[in-house]
Amino acid sequence: MTTTTEIKFSDSAQQQVQEILNQYPADKSKSALLPLLHLAQAEFDGWLSAPVMDYVASILNIQPIEVYEVASFYSMFNLKPVGKYLIEVCQTSSCWMNGSEDIVRYLERTIQAETGQISPDGMFQIKTVECLGSCGTAPMFQIGDKFYENLTFEKIDTILDDLRKENKRSRYV
Amino acid sequence: MSKKLLLTYDHIPGINTLEVYRQNNGYKSLEKALKTMKPDDIVEEVKKSGLRGRGGAGFPTGMKWSFLAKPEGVPRHLVCNADESEPGTFKDRYLMERIPHLLIEGMIVSSYALGANTSYIYVRGEYFYIIKILQNAIKEAYAAGLLGKNILGSGYDLDLYVQPGGGAYICGEETALLESLEGKRGNPRLKPPFPAVAGLWGRPTVVNNVETIAAVVPIVNGGGDEYAKIGIGKSTGTKLISASGHINKPGVYEIELGVPVEEFIYSDEYCGGIRNGKKLKAVVAGGSSVPILPTELILKTAKGEPRLMSYESLSDGGFATGTMLGSGGFIAMDEDTSIVKNLFTFARFYHHESCGQCSPCREGTGWMEKILKKFIDGKATMSDIDLLWDVQSKIEGKTICPLGEAAAWPVAAAIRHFRHEFEEYVKNPQSIHDVKHYFRLNNLVEA
Repeated sequence: MTTTTEIKFSDSAQQQVQEILNQYPADKSKSALLPLLHLAQAEFDGWLSAPVMDYVASILNIQPIEVYEVASFYSMFNLKPVGKYLIEVCQTSSCWMNGSEDIVRYLERTIQAETGQISPDGMFQIKTVECLGSCGTAPMFQIGDKFYENLTFEKIDTILDDLRKENKRSRYV
Repeated sequence: MSKKLLLTYDHIPGINTLEVYRQNNGYKSLEKALKTMKPDDIVEEVKKSGLRGRGGAGFPTGMKWSFLAKPEGVPRHLVCNADESEPGTFKDRYLMERIPHLLIEGMIVSSYALGANTSYIYVRGEYFYIIKILQNAIKEAYAAGLLGKNILGSGYDLDLYVQPGGGAYICGEETALLESLEGKRGNPRLKPPFPAVAGLWGRPTVVNNVETIAAVVPIVNGGGDEYAKIGIGKSTGTKLISASGHINKPGVYEIELGVPVEEFIYSDEYCGGIRNGKKLKAVVAGGSSVPILPTELILKTAKGEPRLMSYESLSDGGFATGTMLGSGGFIAMDEDTSIVKNLFTFARFYHHESCGQCSPCREGTGWMEKILKKFIDGKATMSDIDLLWDVQSKIEGKTICPLGEAAAWPVAAAIRHFRHEFEEYVKNPQSIHDVKHYFRLNNLVEA
């Protein structure tokens, strides 16, 4: 017999779900979809599997397709498993002018994985992203809810070392 | 020193807390509004101030407010647009991070003016740490009776919530933002009806940028007439400028509208000149969407007058020789910058961010990125320049929302003012590799 792990929010997340739902009129609860997807991604290993999205649909009493079409539209929702730390490197204009291409190459060499691939130790994954509003402190990347700015190679070494020690999945929420 | 209305107290330690904010004139405009003014009085002051939307479009805020429909028994909403995503723009992030209560005070006063009892601040999802700052500030405001029922004993009720986005530039367009706030894909709506009539959940709604709402605080405190005395002509008040690129002092500056562009770039009060003693090559003055201008046209208009940081002066000469103030995302490029390569980063951005609803934008942004990639790869021909021009000209004016224009304008302007650079890459494909793209890292990693 095969067992499937039940998909269910932790108690503290359930409490957050209730707080989120209280922000809208009772008949407009679909507005909670984006906040709930962020919460689900944080709760379930940093990505949204189909069963997780179905679970969110059941909470809001909407069709699963209404969740899929939204999750696939927004760039922050990952529809595939990701490294423990997702390194989102800005590559637009001011960041490019200040060396974002070098940042990406240095990261790829350091974590031993190309952009988009999970590093062999499962710890890191590089994702190139568009402008994160950090143009005055370029180059930069974001990991979870944290912005790392005015990057240099030395700074990157320290950041990655610290994260390896911390060893806790990055999250926005 | 330039006149400051928003960033007066941003460097005071603890200004992000309610206590310190109140010690520095915080929530004075709310007391004044609730105790001495009727909602329409506030709308009148905002009209008199000449305040224009600070998100990029520059539409008069008072007029936008006066369009709000007020049918009996239908709730109205104020939604703050904090989906700051225009490349080169980071002023709202600065304001919310440093002085979150300024935005919250502006939200309460503006909600009161519009008769809204539930308001939202829609923040781009990537700014989650800002969302946490705002939520803490809102919690403080509730505890102090500045939000919730019967605010300051006035009988006015307001609930204020923060909504995260999911990573989509298009949600900065107000109807896409409302779709997103309703839990849908961020596809802009056909207009009319405008949000003032049918906005959030079909209810009358005003959507304003963070800086616009924050500016309501000094307008109520000092009066609309006083605000209108600051600035130049129809560009009244102050503006937050996000300065980045190859300048000595990147950052957010509050300027009195009308400061000469040359002073803004070279004065130590602002950008402090171009790094490493290099010469200025070009400027994108108002965020990635606005036309790029070469040095001679950004410092002086075609008529030879000094170009000023104002809505009118920056657009002097139309798109042939001028640009726009836009969101105030000011990107300066030094003499070594490849205009074509920078443009490629913009084209990639717009292709990535097109919502896909309208064919000219969905297909056109993809083609522009592809053609520009040919230049970067040294595979372009002369006819590709004309093809690129042709594609951009077929997007403008043919889409539901302005993302199409925003994608087309930078391409058109780059060809208009820097055609020789495109031609050079065709004649000498190797030359793009010779361009020094890097400032800080000095190209340390071998390819």
